[in-house]
Amino acid sequence: MMRHAFKLFHVWVWGSTLLLLAATGTVIGFLLVRGWAGIGRELVFGETPVLAALMLQRPVFDGLFPAMVGTLALVLLSVGMALPVGLATGIYLAEYATGRLYSLLSLFFDILAGMPSIVVGLFGFSITIFLHHRFSGKIYPCLFISALSLAVLVLPYLIRTTQAALEAIPADLRLIGPSLGATRFQNIFHVLVPHSLKSILSGILLAIGRCAEDTAVIMLTGVVVSAGIPKSIWGNFEALPFYIYYISAQYADADELTRGYGAAIILLLLCAFLFGIAFWLQRRLSQRWFERV
Amino acid sequence: MTRSEFLTKYGFMAAAIISAAVPLAIFIFMALLGYPILTSGRLFGTLLGAWDPIHQSYGILPMIIGTFILAILAVAAAFPVCLGCAALVSDAAPGPVGRFLHGVVRMMTGIPTVVYGFVGIFLLVPLIREAFGGGSGFSLLTAALMLALLVSPTMILLFCDSFGRVTHTYRQAAAALGATTAQQFLFVVLPQARNGILAGVLLGLGRALGDTLIALMLAGNAVAFPDHVFDSARTLTAHIALIIAADFDSPEFRTLFLCGLTLYVLTTLLVLGVRLTMRLPGRRP
Repeated sequence: MMRHAFKLFHVWVWGSTLLLLAATGTVIGFLLVRGWAGIGRELVFGETPVLAALMLQRPVFDGLFPAMVGTLALVLLSVGMALPVGLATGIYLAEYATGRLYSLLSLFFDILAGMPSIVVGLFGFSITIFLHHRFSGKIYPCLFISALSLAVLVLPYLIRTTQAALEAIPADLRLIGPSLGATRFQNIFHVLVPHSLKSILSGILLAIGRCAEDTAVIMLTGVVVSAGIPKSIWGNFEALPFYIYYISAQYADADELTRGYGAAIILLLLCAFLFGIAFWLQRRLSQRWFERV
Repeated sequence: MTRSEFLTKYGFMAAAIISAAVPLAIFIFMALLGYPILTSGRLFGTLLGAWDPIHQSYGILPMIIGTFILAILAVAAAFPVCLGCAALVSDAAPGPVGRFLHGVVRMMTGIPTVVYGFVGIFLLVPLIREAFGGGSGFSLLTAALMLALLVSPTMILLFCDSFGRVTHTYRQAAAALGATTAQQFLFVVLPQARNGILAGVLLGLGRALGDTLIALMLAGNAVAFPDHVFDSARTLTAHIALIIAADFDSPEFRTLFLCGLTLYVLTTLLVLGVRLTMRLPGRRP
């Protein structure tokens, strides 16, 4: 009797795993099957000549190009804003903060990491209202506010990966610098940070992925369906994930739906690419430590 | 301490203070903008009332209930599958297979939420509509199934971590007594990893509570107390996304910040719960 029960264990674990893989495979397979035919130059550039579109000489009306440029601008701006603060905070947490301060700061960053993205979006929206009433009636939801809110969203990821990377450095390596007379500052910049560069980089890639895929934040802070290429950071913009959301609810004809599938495939590939490289870097890293030991 | 040393130390500290101020600032902004409701004496009416704009009632209780039901359904559906999958990945599978599956699960965390929602609309909604007859197919069940898929990688990775932390000698002792893989897992690893499993469930709940797109795209968004899983429902997150377009000074609009505060408090409680479970003393065999 018991023996049969234990056989069930293997059925359960393999069954669960296959179910999960099948479900994920179905999601990805469905997208590829329905959308693959639509992938091509026209999906991105519509009727506009590629070179003219890339040089921003001619606007693209029926392609994903403006949304892709919007997402790129969003990612660059928000990671650009979050990176210096996130890295410095991670270094402070790993190298300077101790005792009570350390656990208090960790708690705050845990809370920030658990924050739903729609709440972060609502925060960005309330900042807009505040600025609009206090400073200038010309301030509306825009690319800048979206990027700022996304920076808030990915800040805890950057802090955590930097901190974890620094704290994982073995004690012997950590002590070599000071033993040779290096100051704490020299040790951080010439030994510790260069050594954890790869895992910090993988954290940055994950943050880029989060910025590119998040929809809830930008929905509340200035993304629109058609704005063309963003002209300034104070204007509206398009983005891939919002386009996918919009098409799923409002598509008018089969062409638009095909573009929706195409956009979903592009976003999926982009995220897979970023996550793939990030994990590959982490893998290489752990192997290196392993060989050292 | 040299000058540059001094400057960098306080530079890092300033960055840490800015970062730590962000979660506080989010709370303060929500509280300030929700202030009219908090002080008007209608706080409990708004938190616990029904949503009935015609009768000037803007209660968010249906959304709170919808959020809880959806999150609990999703995590309940995901839990046995995730536990089994984590058991295979970290325990029952031969080394290379386990490592490969672990990599696959990590890659799954990168699938964009909006992609799940999109596929849900065009694949799962028609399936549910046909399989269970009648209705639109946009229901709690539809959203819960997709949400279960979304939270699975988070839960599996946490389960795997907690299985990996189980003291190795206990397992060796069990193996030496002739316990099979299944017996080792069920009687040694599982009880030892209890706290980690609880933490994984809480994190999964937090992820499910906070997700916007799947609920917004698949749950149908009807403002009513759902009777069963085929009913349409609206979550707090979807409510925020739907109402934001309304007029700035309308009463509907002010309830948004109460929704935001509720979500803030819920996720903070879950984070505290996770930290607490990590600190609980583990069970000794």
